[in-house]
Amino acid sequence: MNCESITTENSARGAIDRRSFLVCALASGAVLGAGELAAPAAAVPLASGAETQSDTRFTFEARFYEKLPNRKIRCKLCPRECIVGDKERGYCGVRENRGGVYYTLVHSRVCAAHIDPIEKKPLFHYLPGTTAFSIATAGCNVNCKFCQNWDISQSRPEEIPAEYVSPHQAAAVALQYNCPTIAYTYSEPVVFAEYLMDTADAGHVAGVRSIVVSNGYMQHDSLVEAYGKMDAVKIDLKAFTESYYTKVVTGQLKPVLETLVTLCKMGKWTEIVYLVVPTLNDDDAEFRGLAQWVKANLGPDVPLHFTQFHPEYLLKNLPITPVPTLERAKAIADAEGLHYVYIGNVPGHPAQNTYCPQCRKMLVERVGFTASQMLIRKDSTCPFCRHKIPGIWHA
Amino acid sequence: MRPSLFMTEIRGQSRRNFLTQCLTGAVALGASVGLRAPAQQAALAAKSRVVIARDPQLRGTSTPVDVHRLEALVDRAMQALFSGEHPAPAASAKAIAAWRRIAGPGDTVSLKVNTLGGRGIATNVELVEVICERLQQAGVKPANIVVWDRDSEELERAGFRIAIGGDRVQCYGTDRVGYEDDLSSWGNVGSRLSKILTRSSSVLINLPVLKDHDGAGVTIALKNMYGAIHNPNKYHPNGCDPYVADLNMLPEVRSRMKLAICDATTAMYEGGPGFKPEHSWKPNSLLVSQDLVALDYTGWQMIERKRAEMGLKTLEAEKRAPHYIATAADGEHRLGYCDPSRIAIVEV
Repeated sequence: MNCESITTENSARGAIDRRSFLVCALASGAVLGAGELAAPAAAVPLASGAETQSDTRFTFEARFYEKLPNRKIRCKLCPRECIVGDKERGYCGVRENRGGVYYTLVHSRVCAAHIDPIEKKPLFHYLPGTTAFSIATAGCNVNCKFCQNWDISQSRPEEIPAEYVSPHQAAAVALQYNCPTIAYTYSEPVVFAEYLMDTADAGHVAGVRSIVVSNGYMQHDSLVEAYGKMDAVKIDLKAFTESYYTKVVTGQLKPVLETLVTLCKMGKWTEIVYLVVPTLNDDDAEFRGLAQWVKANLGPDVPLHFTQFHPEYLLKNLPITPVPTLERAKAIADAEGLHYVYIGNVPGHPAQNTYCPQCRKMLVERVGFTASQMLIRKDSTCPFCRHKIPGIWHA
Repeated sequence: MRPSLFMTEIRGQSRRNFLTQCLTGAVALGASVGLRAPAQQAALAAKSRVVIARDPQLRGTSTPVDVHRLEALVDRAMQALFSGEHPAPAASAKAIAAWRRIAGPGDTVSLKVNTLGGRGIATNVELVEVICERLQQAGVKPANIVVWDRDSEELERAGFRIAIGGDRVQCYGTDRVGYEDDLSSWGNVGSRLSKILTRSSSVLINLPVLKDHDGAGVTIALKNMYGAIHNPNKYHPNGCDPYVADLNMLPEVRSRMKLAICDATTAMYEGGPGFKPEHSWKPNSLLVSQDLVALDYTGWQMIERKRAEMGLKTLEAEKRAPHYIATAADGEHRLGYCDPSRIAIVEV
């Protein structure tokens, strides 16, 4: 699960996905044969299954697993290391053991497709003002209680409408709509790693870059192999305590921190989002610990976004994060020496803009998800003081 | 040969109709909404009754069960559950009266079977046929009975025949109707429920099998409800604890659950949940109760006894004891009893 919602208005499942998908894909002629996506209104059983689990178009042997005795397998994609018996699936629900061979069921099985501003990911230091052809499949390897996209991330692939979009088709749609990047997002791209890798390859051949919006809950080898193909990465760091990861995320903090360090060593452009949930991860000490860790392990130039929580899924009992809480988090991180600390999901807040850490002048002004002004020079320096501003600012 | 409700529909239907017409009058007096007891009511009693009905001759000398003996076994179990007496053979009218305490005219009854393990370790088709017949004799219209599980293909692999529409017992998977769009949540569980459960069930009868589970320890009645939600894969960590208990607390589940009949004609003491013939045995039994916690506890002990007999470690020693059963009985859940002093086992 990641924190980027499919739509800003959080529309009903199915309809918005298909509408956007058709706008994006069908107009290009890249994807044909869209099936009926609407679920039956009444509980009248269908005479035959609309889409079965045996749809071979989407089924490819998984890349990250090892075989065990008695037709079992151990998944090596994420730290869970699910041991999966024959005919069973892993925790993510999108990988299945069939006779001792592990398969992904979501290769090219796109359940959401949109053209989004890159700022919506959010990536603030990566090609500002451009758009990304954004795609997702079903499934997730955690179960965040605040998930905005739970209807796709917490579903099995056969339970939600999807379309076949091959890697080459995805690249073609991005090109047609002048999107310099394909974004893997909305659900959790870790679980469709094979599709992400193949699409990134197809995109690079066509001159389209790839970015991923992820929880970073991966094993080292799969991280290096899959996200090694990415041009930029946004990691949702859900909290800075193991207890939160255990209770709210159903995952672990430590592997995510290791992912961030690995990405840094790989030289990947990386930004971090921290969703501030009232009463659960909004403690001053936690903000301070997080900022200190980022500075010490990743450096002061990694952008850190504190974003506003909205009640969703299993956390409807909590209020929206107060803006002063977000401002407090930013103030603490600023004081710890981080150079690029943003406030997200609060339209019009001045902390959505990028300022030069040296001369303090505004360099990128953002309104909503739009970069309305971008002053950073071609050589990635501040036009006022020539301070180097880290990021990938120009295509 | 006994007609089959699922394998040979026409012959089965004619027999059902005949029996329904013959017996409706005899059992009508016993029909009373007030007599029906939801599962949790049983849990509030001083002791929960779990009937273990055995027939060593259930299979005779062959592998398939003898359907006539199975029918008698079901009748004995139901009478013992509701009357507490050891029933006489062929006391079918008493048995039907027992069924009327579960469901009657006007009810829509769904039978949640377990078919994940294929023919080797799935709810027996013949057992389901007997139950459907008794329900009809109790006044439930055939079209108001739905035999279901998660997936139609899995049902077929287990020997069931998909039946949709017409004046007959229905049989299909949730894949044919889907899950509710809205979440139902309790505790750590948030799931979309099968529309079969929410829209085609006023009464839910749980028909699990008895088997070992590599993650949960055992899977019997409580865990069988994983087949009613869209995201069971999310609830296997920590030996399914407290997820199994939380799932059974969902109002849509709890309010409908009236009875569990565990098919222990074949069972597995190791290697589950997939079927491993080398780890299966044939207890030739049914476990019947309105207290699913007590039933699960009793089934777990049967599996432990078999494991000991086979020289295997206890599930606790293997660090996979089914702690979710105790959780289901705790003060937060109160779904039933797992304390043996509060369980009355009736063997018939």
